[in-house]
Amino acid sequence: MTNPVSNALRSVGDAWDGVLEGYKRQNIVVRIAVLVLIALFFYGLPILRPPLITTNEIDFGGVMFQVAAFALVAVGLNIVIGYAGLLDLGYVGFYATGAYTTGVLTSQHGSWPFFLALPVAIAVTMVTGVILGAPTLRVRGDYLAIVTLGFGEIIRICVKNIEWLGASAGIKDIPHPNTIGPKAEPPFEPGGLFEIPRVEWDGLVPHLDKDHPVHFLVFGATNAIPYYWLILTALVLVLVGDRLVKNSRVGRAWEATREDEDAAELMGVPTFKFKLMAFALGAAIGGLSGSFYASGQGGYISPDSFPLLLSMLFVAAVIVGGSGNRWGAIAGGALVAYLPERFREFADYRLLFFGLALTVLAVWRPEGLLPPRRTRRAKAAAAEIEALEEGELDDELEETRNV
Amino acid sequence: MGGLVFGAIYALVALGYTMVYGVLQLINFAHSEVFMYGTFAVAWVFILLHGTESASWSLGEAVPVLLVALIAAMALSAGVALALERFAYRPLMKKNAPKLIALISAIGASFALAEAMGLRDRFAEVFGLDDNLADYVAPGKARDVYSSPVTIREHDLFTIGGYTLSDVDLVIILAALLMMVALDQFVRRTRFGRGIRAVAQDPESAALMGVNPTRVVQLTFLIGGLMAGAAATLYMMKVGVTRQNAGFILGVKAFTAAVMGGIGNLRGALLGGLILGVMENWGSALFGQNWKDVVAFVLLVLILLVRPSGLLGESLGKARA
Repeated sequence: MTNPVSNALRSVGDAWDGVLEGYKRQNIVVRIAVLVLIALFFYGLPILRPPLITTNEIDFGGVMFQVAAFALVAVGLNIVIGYAGLLDLGYVGFYATGAYTTGVLTSQHGSWPFFLALPVAIAVTMVTGVILGAPTLRVRGDYLAIVTLGFGEIIRICVKNIEWLGASAGIKDIPHPNTIGPKAEPPFEPGGLFEIPRVEWDGLVPHLDKDHPVHFLVFGATNAIPYYWLILTALVLVLVGDRLVKNSRVGRAWEATREDEDAAELMGVPTFKFKLMAFALGAAIGGLSGSFYASGQGGYISPDSFPLLLSMLFVAAVIVGGSGNRWGAIAGGALVAYLPERFREFADYRLLFFGLALTVLAVWRPEGLLPPRRTRRAKAAAAEIEALEEGELDDELEETRNV
Repeated sequence: MGGLVFGAIYALVALGYTMVYGVLQLINFAHSEVFMYGTFAVAWVFILLHGTESASWSLGEAVPVLLVALIAAMALSAGVALALERFAYRPLMKKNAPKLIALISAIGASFALAEAMGLRDRFAEVFGLDDNLADYVAPGKARDVYSSPVTIREHDLFTIGGYTLSDVDLVIILAALLMMVALDQFVRRTRFGRGIRAVAQDPESAALMGVNPTRVVQLTFLIGGLMAGAAATLYMMKVGVTRQNAGFILGVKAFTAAVMGGIGNLRGALLGGLILGVMENWGSALFGQNWKDVVAFVLLVLILLVRPSGLLGESLGKARA
């Protein structure tokens, strides 16, 4: 594989690695400032609507909501796959559980407000994770993959066939989260605290577009941007939690289990307990994302919203981004959700290209876009050892030649 | 008996998964698409040889066409499998990439292959081909169901305990068993088979002993493709229609069968496939058609709980010579 194209791709990859290294060398204040700036940029993204990135065929705010939802799922799944090393192909089951719990409590059999249903949905998904994990985490590796795959499918078929859960018609009219500020009463009262105009680009020249304002924190069918902000906030909170857990004893136990389960067990790590914990935590985050999805713009879910294919995409998101690295998971999730939407102009071909892109990406950068630090260190060490060995061999050869 | 028939087809597809897994420790997710291409090859052969008018033949009348279809399906499936190996896996193997990345490569390839088939009318347009799609597929709707014009009439042969066996069923079961036995003997008896087992056990030592691992991997994909093509022909005999995503759920089932029997084990794939097919049939009779897949997966979980490495948890490499 040494042709100009792959070389060019590799140099792009190396340049990116260089940027990451540069960021690591900065001191903590600069790093936090950079993070805050990045966060602000992402909050503003659907209003800034930068050219090239903005989707033309489909509402950009809606796309950004999906992207954020996918990123949130990827962060959750990253705990299971990336940290604990459990290949879970049925993650969509948890996503569906969260969505359906919200649906049942707010619309189907109750009329709870969204923010009351949300914690219940998270708890229910967590319990589901434990229920699934307790018997199945005894099997390992690819056997676990297929068992979880089966679980995802079981959940989908169950919701499809149980009348109580709306069967194949699904659940509709799931209420939106409460609006902050005056209630929206169309056509006269747009509601919300204030209006934010969005930016429109004429080529490369930006100007304000006051015809399509965003009413601040009005959750309704008209605009997806408030949902995007909501889920982005959840993502930030989850990331903080993720960082705390990862750097704690629990996170190290996960890593030990991932690297060598038997060794970890022998060293006194109760691996089963920690694997179950990873499963439950990952599931809870999946449920959180599913819950947001259920009460999103459309407020409608059906069994067809949760195909097994979605599970594959979740796994793809985590691994494309660099399994074990939370930023990688976010990047992967965003990419996997965004690419097919961006290229909607080629509507029919977009999935074909998406598939090809996944394969090319895997072949081009096998350790993911943002591999975790441990992988990079291990790789550097391996390269060093190899170089040393080759050098020694060369020396020996020379010695024999001299003799 | 429908259970046994589908069990046999699952088992044939499962062979592709189990062999690749045995040699590479890799779930070849795109194998379901290899099968799907086979089903399309069968449909095209029927249309080329018979035209697009639908007809209903008995099994005897269909045999020559079926044989041609079998060869075409095996050839196309094997070709797709080899291309997969070349473009989606070999570059990764060379780089010693993590196993999970190969899984992503497979998922991507699976997407691309299914989509390419879903867009086949567009490609035909680009190349100026007037293929026989027009009668079956409205313009721009190539994702729709695609059927072979010849349906094969089944004749009931005999009834055992309330189960009727038709000639088509019998042929499918026998053909599948025959291929299984042939493959089993191939892996156990021939030089190539020994090479496959050697690589499955320890690729590095095998390479030192003069086995070419690249060739062995290629051969494994080739055989998997051939078996998937055969399974596709049998599937089209029984079902007669296919879709660009026909492979997905069948692939999941076949993989389930492979895992149930103990992945990496050829005889396990056969056993797993048959058990899965029969249990599914009983399950859908007991709980209704809608719960068929649930029965299959619950059964899988139960079996794995009792035997965490499948029913015959013994790998390809350890199979006795």
